[in-house]
Amino acid sequence: MKVGVLALQGDVAEHIAAMKRAVRGKGNVIAVKKPEQVGGLDALVIPGGESTTIGKLMQKYGIDKAVLAKPELAIFGTCAGAILLAKEIENYEQFSLKLMDISVARNAFGRQRESFEAELRIPQLGEKPFHAVFIRAPVITRAGGGVEVLARVNDAIVLARQGRYLACAFHPELTRDSRLHRYFIEEVAAP
Amino acid sequence: MKKGSIKVKRGLAQMLKGGVIMDVTNAEQAGIAEDAGAVAVMALEKVPADIRAAGGVARMADPAKIQEIMDAVSIPVMAKVRIGHFAEAQILEALGVDFIDESEVLTPADEQNHIDKHKFKVPFVCGARNLGEALRRIAEGAAMIRTKGEAGSGNIVEAVRHMRLVMGEIRRLKGMREDELYYAAKELQAPLELVRETAKLGRLPVVNFAAGGIATPADASLMMQLGADGIFVGSGIFKSSDPEARAKAIVEATTHYDDFELLAEISKGIGEPMKGIDVRQLSEKELLQVRGV
Repeated sequence: MKVGVLALQGDVAEHIAAMKRAVRGKGNVIAVKKPEQVGGLDALVIPGGESTTIGKLMQKYGIDKAVLAKPELAIFGTCAGAILLAKEIENYEQFSLKLMDISVARNAFGRQRESFEAELRIPQLGEKPFHAVFIRAPVITRAGGGVEVLARVNDAIVLARQGRYLACAFHPELTRDSRLHRYFIEEVAAP
Repeated sequence: MKKGSIKVKRGLAQMLKGGVIMDVTNAEQAGIAEDAGAVAVMALEKVPADIRAAGGVARMADPAKIQEIMDAVSIPVMAKVRIGHFAEAQILEALGVDFIDESEVLTPADEQNHIDKHKFKVPFVCGARNLGEALRRIAEGAAMIRTKGEAGSGNIVEAVRHMRLVMGEIRRLKGMREDELYYAAKELQAPLELVRETAKLGRLPVVNFAAGGIATPADASLMMQLGADGIFVGSGIFKSSDPEARAKAIVEATTHYDDFELLAEISKGIGEPMKGIDVRQLSEKELLQVRGV
């Protein structure tokens, strides 16, 4: 399996390291900066970062078009990446790929001083809670028909899947726990 | 829920990597920065070049000014406090800024002590000229480092000097035997634990941006190639002839810093850069980088 990590801006190195741990030698992990690299990928990670910055840089060099031209590509969006997957962004006017039938609210918990760590129950990953890091995090405010909700904080949706797309409001790449990356590779992206 | 942990403080800096943080003095400039693709803005009353020209005591900006900028953009907003002035920092934390820069660009409030940054939920970025300074700031709780350069100079020479020093000292640590790290810590005047961690990681334990003199897309590329995680542009954008074009170009150059054909395109027709000053013409007293070491 060939996995790309979109390397326009954000915590790219952290995702590459986490993905390498998750594929355990059974796949290639590369940094993606150019649209011509997208064609050869089976899966793409859109990392944490600033969604406005990553969105602008995707459009500028046609990475958005390359991604939209490849419907079989599995995509894992974390934080900024989840915003870029959403059909609708509630509180700001900005670009997104609109691939998942979800609405998101940016900075939904507040500014940086409200950023937090929490233990999440994610049944798909087993009994052990998942330690999740939320940084100026968005939440999913609406999940459409084909969307499976995988985790919540209080009542807010923070992890959801629709077919080959996985949207996550927190940062699994900032901890050593690679279960969510592995879930993406083995369950979401596997053919 | 655990708020204000080291993980979430350092984590925000990690989310800024590969990006450009721009100095802005009002809502309009903040909008230009966000539209150009900045990952964050630094809210100021004057850009460093004007602080330098104005003289007198440079202090934290008026909170009304910072609030105006926070209301104008969706990206993180940073603001500066004087070195050691923890009351200014308490005020900015209460205001809700996303990152505090304990900055040598403002007039220091304390010539011995920096702020105890562990006491805050909001993350701090601090300047450093070398590895020892960087590790002392991290020991005090800084969640991010920026090499100091010489703010407001429009001259890359000091930024290059400081980045080469930090990266060179890290390479030297990496090559050491474990029993040599004790003496290295003594020489660096930095805590042994952080020296060990840096040697093991082969990089600073926090994100390190370049700052102080970046004025062109080529400057951004140079600093990224020398090992910066991202770029601060202070006076370089709004002291140039075409801030919109230059801001966009520096954002793209920071992402595509190693694609030289693309950099040639990006660098075309973006107007005049800021004039800048020859740092060698400045007296020791005029240098901002020597504050807070």
